[in-house]
This record gives sequence, C-alpha cells and structure tokens, in this order.
Amino acid sequence: MVPTAYYVGVSAVLFVIGALGVLVRRNPLVIFMSIEIMLNAANLAFVAFGERHGSINGQALVFFVLCVAAAEVAVGLAIIVAIFRLRRRLSVDELSLMRG
Amino acid sequence: MTAGLVTFWILAALAVASAIGVVLKRNPIHSALFLVVHLATLAAFFLKMRAEFLATAQVIVYAGAIAILFVFAIMVLIPGREETGTDALRSQRLLAVPVAGLLLVLLAVMLRSTLFAGAGPKTSVAGGVATIGRALFTDYLYPFEVTSVLLLVALVGVIALAKRRVA
Repeated sequence: MVPTAYYVGVSAVLFVIGALGVLVRRNPLVIFMSIEIMLNAANLAFVAFGERHGSINGQALVFFVLCVAAAEVAVGLAIIVAIFRLRRRLSVDELSLMRG
Repeated sequence: MTAGLVTFWILAALAVASAIGVVLKRNPIHSALFLVVHLATLAAFFLKMRAEFLATAQVIVYAGAIAILFVFAIMVLIPGREETGTDALRSQRLLAVPVAGLLLVLLAVMLRSTLFAGAGPKTSVAGGVATIGRALFTDYLYPFEVTSVLLLVALVGVIALAKRRVA
C-alpha cells in the first residue's frame, strides 16, 4: 500500500505547477487550465486523506469540488468569449479596466 | 518495491510531466491535450485509492465535458498571436519562478511538520456508488441541494453572457 504522504507530496507538486502556470502565462485559456490543475491537486489530497482515515467524507468533498469546477469553467469561458468579442485580442495583461 | 508502488511512481511521473506540459506549451491546443492526459492520470490515482465513483465522474466530467469545452473555446477564439508580442511584464514573470519554489518549500515544511504524526486507522473504504450516495444524501444533503442551485445559476449566467445583445 502506498503511504498517504506520497500522494500528498505529488498533490503539493501539482498545486505548485498550477500556481506557476497562473503566474507566468498570458493566455486566459491556459490560466484556466492551470486552475484546473490546482483543483485536481486538492482533490487528490482529499481522496488520499479520506483513504488514510477510512472515511468517505474526503470523496464526498471531491464530488462538490467537481461540481464547482464545472460551473467555474462554464462561466469563465463564457466571460472570455464575451471579452474576445469586445476586444479581438486575448491577453490578460491588457484587461486593466473595470468597465469595458 | 511492490507493484503498487511501481504503478504509483509511473502515474506520478505522468501527472507531473503532463502538468508541466500544460504550463509550458505555447499552443493552447497542445496544452488542452496535455490537460486531458493529466485528468486521466488523476482518474487512475482515484481508482488506485478505491474511489471508483470519483474515477468515473472524473473521466466523464473533466476529461469529457470540461476538456471538450476548452477545445471548443480555443477553436472559437482562434488564438495563436496572443503570446508572441513583446512581454511588458517579463521581470515579474521571471520572479514568479522563485515565488513558486518558495510556495513548494512552504507546503513541504507544513506537511512534514503537522499531518503525519501518528498512524491513522487502516480500514480502507471502497468508494462505490452505494457508499458515496449514502454520504451525499445523509450527511451532505444540504450542500448537495445547494450544488444544484449553483449549477442552475451557472447555466443561466452562461446563457446571459453568451447571448448577443439585440440593439
């Protein structure tokens, strides 16, 4: 059986990679993908801790994270498409106005 | 090294490599394909920890719906020029790498110091549909209902955002 610490270690590495992606990339789509990586890292830690304690609660929480991620991606991509229609360009650095 | 550890390290290498691929690839389509690999690896991790329902949900929701949504958005937006121009914030972006390293160190220190003191109970539960369904409809009934409202709000919001304004 694989120790829980290994799973949590992989989860921490994945979370950091996701955070790095959010910081260095300019394309909002790739930033969204990096956010997905971070959410998945958290999911992995949830399931690993749930397994360690012999409890189903970790998996139930992951179910809710899954729902929130689906809603977040749908709304986020709709916002990106709306911005692209307005600006014809796609870079997060140019989006510095609160009202377009 | 047991078979379980071997599969764990193969999956871990695959997950980390595909995550790095998502971050580093310049073409967003390549990033999206790496993301699919990453999500599938996570599903394999769940399966390994006997979370069968979550592994299935992961493949359907993430590798299915969300990945397709990403590819669809990329096709609609036709990018390709947005990350080629001069980078006004290059120094800040270079600073992001040591910041991420610091975050990793902090996480490692925190996890080492607190979470693994003492052995937990070793009664593993199988995360089949029956077990997780019972948890969702007893302990987590109210969060479950709120989730349905959240999805409805997202649905309405997306339609409102995506609709062309009639002048």
